[in-house]
Amino acid sequence: MTKKLWTGSDSKILPIFCIITFIVIIWYGFSIILNAPWEYDKAKRNSITLSKTELVSQTWSQKRPKLPTPHQVAKEMWDTTVNKKLTSKRSLIYHGLITFYETIYGFAFGTGLGILLALGIVYNRATAMSVMPWIVTSQTIPILAIAPMIVVALGSAGFSGLMPIVIISMYLSFFPVVVGMVKGLKSPEQLDIDQMKTWSASKSQVLFKLRAPKSTPYLFTSLKLGMAASVVGAIVGELPSGGGGGLGFRMLSGSTFGNTLHIWSGLFSAAILAGSLIAIISIIQRIVLKRMALET
Amino acid sequence: MLYFAGAIIFWILAWLVNIWISRQNESKILNLFPPILFGVSVMLIWEASVVDFEVSPVILPPPSAIYYKFISSIPILWGDFVQTALKGALPGYLIGCGAAFFVSLVADKFKFFARGVLPIGNFLAAMPIIGIAPILVMWYGYGWQSKAAVVAVMVFFPILVNTVQGMKMSDEIHKDLMQTYNANYLQTLLKLRLATAMPFIFNGLKICTTLALIGAIVAEFFGSPIRGMGFRISTEAPRFALDMVWAEITVAAIAGSLFYGGIVLLEKWITFWHPSQRGRA
Repeated sequence: MTKKLWTGSDSKILPIFCIITFIVIIWYGFSIILNAPWEYDKAKRNSITLSKTELVSQTWSQKRPKLPTPHQVAKEMWDTTVNKKLTSKRSLIYHGLITFYETIYGFAFGTGLGILLALGIVYNRATAMSVMPWIVTSQTIPILAIAPMIVVALGSAGFSGLMPIVIISMYLSFFPVVVGMVKGLKSPEQLDIDQMKTWSASKSQVLFKLRAPKSTPYLFTSLKLGMAASVVGAIVGELPSGGGGGLGFRMLSGSTFGNTLHIWSGLFSAAILAGSLIAIISIIQRIVLKRMALET
Repeated sequence: MLYFAGAIIFWILAWLVNIWISRQNESKILNLFPPILFGVSVMLIWEASVVDFEVSPVILPPPSAIYYKFISSIPILWGDFVQTALKGALPGYLIGCGAAFFVSLVADKFKFFARGVLPIGNFLAAMPIIGIAPILVMWYGYGWQSKAAVVAVMVFFPILVNTVQGMKMSDEIHKDLMQTYNANYLQTLLKLRLATAMPFIFNGLKICTTLALIGAIVAEFFGSPIRGMGFRISTEAPRFALDMVWAEITVAAIAGSLFYGGIVLLEKWITFWHPSQRGRA
């Protein structure tokens, strides 16, 4: 059994492992190539010649490398999570928590708004006809462009801190939920709806006993997309807010001061944050769908 | 209060008309009205509430002010559009889509590779890839090259995932049929596999139009020459010149919709045979 897991014809573990190893090797290679000019410059100034091994070891341990190596990023992340106090502005966990709260609030409001809109669209044809085209159009607009403006405008109106960022995050995450839920709420077949009618079920009974359960698989798929979108929204929303903190702020300040390790550690923390939030939804999805006997 | 009350009354009337329209039989021309009426009422309420409640233009300029700003600064807006959309987003989009397409052909040829690429691609597609923007701006400088690079990386994974998924969709029986025709790899690829994958590829291409513009604009927040939509937004917003910011957003909206619409037209032209395109003639 274990052997099959590794070498079976549709096992994914070995190929994934190979590709990740390949990426890491390429990464180390590129950090030699990209960081080498600086080392050559330094050697020239001090008029020493570098041997190949010296060059490699030095390009892999620069303080402000053009491309830091994976182990440098890992060490930076370890240093700024475990070895720093939680309240310190240098702690990645401090910044990660800010981004986490923005994401969660934005996600919650976005999901709520999305479900309400979906109900309106499914139950009211006038809403569907007048609002749906605008919802689709709103997504062809690069919404993130509005981000700095919302932050500035709300800031001048007296709202500052998390709120503007939460709104951006919400704006990005409501769309997948609307589209998914409209599909999901409409997924029961006419036959099932007729069956409910023969039992003289009320509108709310049809909603809660037929449409809502039928739409759960769609809901979870949309929730995962919405979560990914709200992380992006939170990070981008932090960019113009200046000084507020959060992973996006950390990456921006790293980019302003040329501190590449800050950028990379921020990027990886954001990836870990998004990945684990989506993983949590996947676990809930599996448990709920199993309970509902929609998935074995 | 007068304007505001008028706008609200207009909205209610428009809504009643929409309800009436929604009860009529399907008709193409009639179906155009509800979204237009809804849009006009939103604009009217916006304009009226800004005027009546004396909202400071620093917080929310009225649509009319945005319109005047738009009309009076077309040369600047055009320059920004060329810098961001034509020089930054478009080359990046083409490079990213081309690279993703190539990798998915490789993944299709080597199944071992495909099994690893699909989960990794799916994982990375959900990541906040926009975060690489500062890194790429540092590598490629402030010009359009760094924006194209950000866009290329951002559009890569959605296209890759969709293309690989689409290539899996051809039926076994059709592949057998191609074999009985003695078709070689290239012929099978072009005439069956890619044709079946087209709806999926276009799905990815459509998602990526917005991503491309977002990538180009956000990358400009991290450094850009003195033109570009992202540059304009990030310099005008702190100066509270919000009418200019909104004008820029209007440009972004138009560019995004045109880009999206262009891909939709291309899709209709190429996959005219697909069930989702038929019967809507």
